[in-house]
Order: sequence, then C-alpha cells, then structure tokens
Amino acid sequence: MINIITIIITVLFAPLAGAVITGVDRRITARFQSRIGPPVLQPIYDVLKLLGKERVAVNAMQIIYVIGSLVFAILSLLLFVLRSDYLILVFVLAFSTVSLIVGATSVRSPYSKIGAQREIIQILAYEPVIILMVVGMYLVTGSFNIGSIAEHEGCLFAQLPLVFVAFCYVLTIKLRKSPFDYSTSHHGHQELIKGLTTEFSGLQLALIEITHWYEAVLFIGMLSLFFAHPLWLGILIALGVYFCEIILDNVCARTTWQWMLRFTVVLGFSLAMTNIIWLYLKY
Amino acid sequence: MKLIQKAAGKSPWIIHYDCNSCNGCDIEILASLTPIYDAERFGVVNVGNPKHADILIVSGSVNYRSRRVLENIWREMPGPKVVIAVGACACTGGIFSDCYNIIGGVDKVLPVDIYVPGCAPKPEAILDAVVRATEKLVHKREELAARQAEHVAKLRAKDPKGGRNAEKQ
Ligand code: SF4
Repeated sequence: MINIITIIITVLFAPLAGAVITGVDRRITARFQSRIGPPVLQPIYDVLKLLGKERVAVNAMQIIYVIGSLVFAILSLLLFVLRSDYLILVFVLAFSTVSLIVGATSVRSPYSKIGAQREIIQILAYEPVIILMVVGMYLVTGSFNIGSIAEHEGCLFAQLPLVFVAFCYVLTIKLRKSPFDYSTSHHGHQELIKGLTTEFSGLQLALIEITHWYEAVLFIGMLSLFFAHPLWLGILIALGVYFCEIILDNVCARTTWQWMLRFTVVLGFSLAMTNIIWLYLKY
Repeated sequence: MKLIQKAAGKSPWIIHYDCNSCNGCDIEILASLTPIYDAERFGVVNVGNPKHADILIVSGSVNYRSRRVLENIWREMPGPKVVIAVGACACTGGIFSDCYNIIGGVDKVLPVDIYVPGCAPKPEAILDAVVRATEKLVHKREELAARQAEHVAKLRAKDPKGGRNAEKQ
C-alpha cells in the first residue's frame, strides 16, 4: 500500500520538481548573462505549448521510442524511490537513453543521426564511471540495494570522495550541459541544429522534455545518496552540485567528442578506479 | 485544455530566416535577443529548427532563389504558426523591389501575419511584433483545436465505431 502511494506521488510530483529545477536553471543562466530571464514555470509552459501543436511525425515508430525513453526514465526513478537494486537502475536508465538514440536514428536527417552517434559515444564514456560508482558503493556497504546503501552508517562521501567527483563530472555529460552539449545543443543554430531532438516536434518533444525532468530528479537523488544522513543535507548538497553544473554550463564552450572521450577515460575513470583500489586495499 | 490554450502564447519559439537582406535587419533581430532587450522574458527561444518553431521571422525581400527555402521552412513548421516580416524589404521588397531578381515582399509567398516596417526597424519594434505574435498564436491554436474537433466529428459520423481511430487521424 505504502509502495503504491510512493509510486503515485513520485510519478505525479517528480516532473513538477524537475520542471522547477529546469526553470530555476534557466533563470540563473539568465542572471549570469545579466538578463531577467523567463518565468520559473517557463518549462511547463513550453511543454503545454508543445502538447497543443499540430502532430507531425516523420515516421510512425518515432513516438514509440520517445514513449519508451520516458517510461524507462520513470521506471528508473521508481526503482530509486522504492529502494531497489542500484545496478538494475543503472541499466534501466541506459535503456532510456538508448531508446531515444534509436528514435533519433530512425529518421533520415543527418543532424539527428550525428546527434545520436555522439550520444552513443557519451554513453561509452560515462557508463563505466557510473557502474564503478555502484561498485564502490557495494564495496563500502556490502550491498547493491539502494535501501541498504541509504541506511549505511556514516557518510558514503568520506569513503568515496574521488568517485563522487567523478560522478559529478560524468553528470555534466549526462545532463548534456556545456562543455559536453554536443549531442543536443542548447542553441540550435550551430553545426548540429538540435542534434538528437532535431526531428522530434510537438508531442514528441514534450515527452522528451518530461523525460529530462524525471532524470533531473533522479540525478539529485543519486547525488544525495552520498550524504544520506541526514537526507535534507544530501539534497542540499546535490542542489549545490547542480548549481555548479549551471555555472560550468555558462563558462564553457563546447568541446569535441574526442576530447571528451579522452578526458573522461583519463580523469573520470582513473579517479573512480583509484578510489576503488584504495577501498579494496583498505578492506 | 484551457491551460494548453493559454500556454500557446507563453513560449514563442522563433526561427529567423534571412531571405535576401542587407544584414541590417538581421543585426537588429539578433540585438533584440541580447541581454539588453532580453526576449527570453517572454519565453522566446531562438531555436533554429523549423520543426520546433512557432514564429518565422523573415528579413529581406524574397528572390527566386530564396523562395524555395522560405516555403520549405514554413511547411516544416507545425501549426499554429505565425510569420513576421521584419523590415521594409520583407514587407514590400523595399529598396530592392525593382531589381530583376526580386519577387517582392514575403507576402507574395507566405501569409504574413505581422509587418514590422522600418529600415532597419528598432529592436523594440521587433520585440513588440513578437509579443503581438503570441496573441495571434493563442488565436490560431483555438482555430486549430476547433478544426481538429470538427475533423474528428466528421470521421465519427462516417464510422461511429471507429472513434478511437478517428481521433488518431
Ligand atoms: S529593410 Fe533596410 S536594413 Fe532591412 S534588409 Fe532591407 S535594406 Fe537592409
């Protein structure tokens, strides 16, 4: 019974929270550029408007992949709040991205295809680091279960500081923020138009946007797991990290994917690996 | 439904196409997106992708070359959509109207909703046009909804059992 209530609350309120986070993000970005910026609820207006647009689809399968992406994102958030297995969560989350990639490659637009290919390279870069994070948590807590990880005595961050840094770094890629916004650009008048989302319009784009909201909430949750006692502190720190991401987004220009791949392998992977080897030697 | 109706005017995403302009108008259009005028206050995003855009801002007169591209962009935009002609050239052909290669203003090719006269118009005037375009967008969204409802009703009348299919079409 409690589970069902949790599910309903999560499915209904997580997107709202995600929308507000995105709205504040846009507002803060505007302030950095000494503008006033859009209203905080602007992302919700955007999605409502997109829902009201004419339905135009390139092919019939497109919408299925978009829905798949959304469903897997919701599922991974549910796995998180229901304190299920962390490894399964990571794989379900990967499914969500893969679904979007397949959707983007199902059309013939070169922009969409390039975006999709870059997204695949991104997955290649960040997925090992996320898995190493889960492995690190397992080494500390002795469990892959999110419930046991959250209830673990003491601060996970103290044991996994380098993994945390690597995860924050990887999050920039996952959130598609600058300098790694090259699979779908925020500013659609560059080499790649809108990349991954170029060929999605109206309802489909609205669903993709909602998927982002769920993901934003999930990432806040994943970050706060490092500081689970007390939880509010974890959430505050997670929001702080998100704020740093926004700053980074504003001060960086886009890099190339080659640079990203090299840097992630060298920095992200080795940070996480160092931490895990250290843990391994300690226990 | 009401909310969707309202939101139609709250997030005007624009795409800007330079038909044959001398670049004066384009600079003013981009100026209206800079921090000084901050068009994002109204939810304006310069999306650069016709499939995401609601407002097509055209600068410059239409010539035989740019006509095809202009029409193509317009066709790729899902409705409700609004066309704004910025500058004397886009309104009537302006100073170039007598050239051998010029067809004329944008309204020779597309249904223009809002004209912004001036050579080049001030960013304030362009912003004003965008804000007026949002009202038009709400209006057009209502029309679209009505048309869709009518279409569904017609299909229902033809085939009473295929209600769900009708809605999809
Ligand atoms: S209206 Fe004037 S500024 Fe604008 S494109 Fe024509 S000539 Fe240039």
